[in-house]
Amino acid sequence: MSAPTADAAHTLRIEGLHASAGDTEILQGVDLEVSSGRVHAVMGPNGSGKSTLAHVVMGRPGYEVTAGSVTLDGVDVLSLAPWERAQAGLFLAMQHPTEVPGVSAAQALAEALALRAGDDGPSDDQLERTRSLLEAEAAAVGLKAELVARPLNADMSGGEKKRNETVQLAVLQPRIAILDEIDSGLDIDALRACANRIEALTEAGLGVLAITHFTRVLEYLRPDEVHVIVDGRIVDSGGPELAEALEADGYTPYLPEEPDAGVAVSIGGLGSTPAAGTGASAPDDPFADPWADPLDELG
Amino acid sequence: MFSPDLVDALDGSDALAKRRRAAADRAAAAGQPSFTEEVWRYTPIDDLDPAQYGFAAPGGTAGPVGLLSGVDDGAAAVVHIANGEVLDVSVRADGVRVDTLGSGAEDLIGTVVPEGPDVFGDWNLALASAPVAVSIDPKAVLTAPVVVHVHTDVEGLAWFPRLVVMAGRTSQATVIEHHTGGNTPALICPLTELSVGDGAHLGHVTVQELGETAWQIANLCADAGRDANLRIGHVAMGGDYARARIGIDMTGRGGHSEIDAVYFGCGTSTLDFRTFQTHVAPHTTSDLLFKGAVDDYARAVYTGLIRIEADASHVQADQTNRNLKLSPNAWAESVPNLEIENSDVQCSHASSIGPVDADQRFYLESRGVPTDVAEALVVRGFFDEVLDALPSEQISASVRRRIDELVSDADFTAAL
Repeated sequence: MSAPTADAAHTLRIEGLHASAGDTEILQGVDLEVSSGRVHAVMGPNGSGKSTLAHVVMGRPGYEVTAGSVTLDGVDVLSLAPWERAQAGLFLAMQHPTEVPGVSAAQALAEALALRAGDDGPSDDQLERTRSLLEAEAAAVGLKAELVARPLNADMSGGEKKRNETVQLAVLQPRIAILDEIDSGLDIDALRACANRIEALTEAGLGVLAITHFTRVLEYLRPDEVHVIVDGRIVDSGGPELAEALEADGYTPYLPEEPDAGVAVSIGGLGSTPAAGTGASAPDDPFADPWADPLDELG
Repeated sequence: MFSPDLVDALDGSDALAKRRRAAADRAAAAGQPSFTEEVWRYTPIDDLDPAQYGFAAPGGTAGPVGLLSGVDDGAAAVVHIANGEVLDVSVRADGVRVDTLGSGAEDLIGTVVPEGPDVFGDWNLALASAPVAVSIDPKAVLTAPVVVHVHTDVEGLAWFPRLVVMAGRTSQATVIEHHTGGNTPALICPLTELSVGDGAHLGHVTVQELGETAWQIANLCADAGRDANLRIGHVAMGGDYARARIGIDMTGRGGHSEIDAVYFGCGTSTLDFRTFQTHVAPHTTSDLLFKGAVDDYARAVYTGLIRIEADASHVQADQTNRNLKLSPNAWAESVPNLEIENSDVQCSHASSIGPVDADQRFYLESRGVPTDVAEALVVRGFFDEVLDALPSEQISASVRRRIDELVSDADFTAAL
């Protein structure tokens, strides 16, 4: 596991991915490919499986992969522990970053970076350098240095946590980053600051899989490709113009309100109807409140 | 459990001898406690066989510095007690006096608890062979701690350390009580009294690092006067069965107290805590935080009572106990209780027992931190707030290092 380099191209490939939480199948055959320097947006309504996709790729406990594969440069990601996936170059910026009492970002990231450098635990010097990097990156996204020195995510607002995720992303410099609703809870200035930082990283070779509910963040992240996920499948893919269409029409055209609509966009196989109780509730207007923090799909 | 006639061989004034005899008779009449009594619930008290232990005061030499490394340097006073005998008293600062039997300690014994608070407390009054009283002069401000080392390394010894701390009006001081032991079976039943005068600020820390075959049944009884500020720290790391009963009476209006405890059970040890936050006076506050981990086959029991008496209005009392279970064979129990006789109060209690938090571990793993390192970080982090709260920075630092050592090589995944 060598350090990621800007010049080599890396590819995260998701093929036919099926995954369940408990008895509920949430992902029902996802295909996606993200390469260095490319920004892919995955958009979908509540309960479509967006966050599950992010969690399953990173290996969060509580999900079972029932079919399909995920590889990074041909390496089977699904057989790796979450930390090995991170060491291989994956990063997940979480929708709801967990508070870790008594553990600072510097302590955690110094452990990760020392391991990547082949060292057995960070030296004082590596800890100090990690601290400096965190402070510099915090300044770049307008997060107070005092906040990045705190125990991880302790007493931070939603927006501060998202900036903190961006800060850690920038310090770790992964190959492929999955951003799970990085825009939720961020005001417009913070969103711009985080997106600018991520865009600079993509120019240096970072591949991005940005999961989002709203098109707003895409004005700043500027995706190369946009995918629409409904009921655990990618039902449409296209260029940035697809996001504009979503802005105008919402997800309604993709939702199987009328049985015929499902056939028109080839959502599923024969007899495919949305399962009741999967969390795919009746479509509310996702643009009604752009400041809302969408509920976690499993919530 | 013991013969009341043992008191006849002990030193002290005639008045003390009378009190000893009364306490011994009381204790002998009470007999041996049983786990069927609520106060001994969840404990291995029925395994106590007094015939295994002999009461004596052979003395000996001082114990290891252990977690108190460096603390004696610059201390205001240092006392060494071992196996029932005071070895050495060294007072190095103004404003503090240390008394033993014959120099006035007998008059101070029982200031906070004239009798009890349980059968071991009575045996302690009856058989305390080496009582020590630390008196802080009114208005004195001690910038360095008073350190009392209590060491036990005689096989089969039963003895009763007694410490009385008198913090004079508006004085400021910290007293550290350090219990060490050799790796030999012994029964140690300490009783510590803390009398905190009006407006005084007293810190008291007990550091218990006994050997793995020792039994300790300890009592700490405190009384906080008007506008007094009492901070109690308790660190429990050793013992086969180590019990600490800590009772604070908030008897002076405007008094504030905090109790912060750190415990880490390994091997087959049982750590047992009973706390009583008793608010007698109005406008008093008390805050309690007990955080511990149990590994291997260790057990931990926490039972706490907040009691608000009828006259104690405008009281705030809080109680939190959190336990980390680091092995599938470890066990912990937490029983918080409230007893409130005044409606104009704010009380809270909370407790938890569980393994290393899976979300916290996943968060760290998602940054690239290996599972075992992530768990060690979470365990260290768990103790952070309570270590910060101990009333001695030196002890916080050394306990932090000890916990680092305990978690750095451990594998907690099996606990899930």
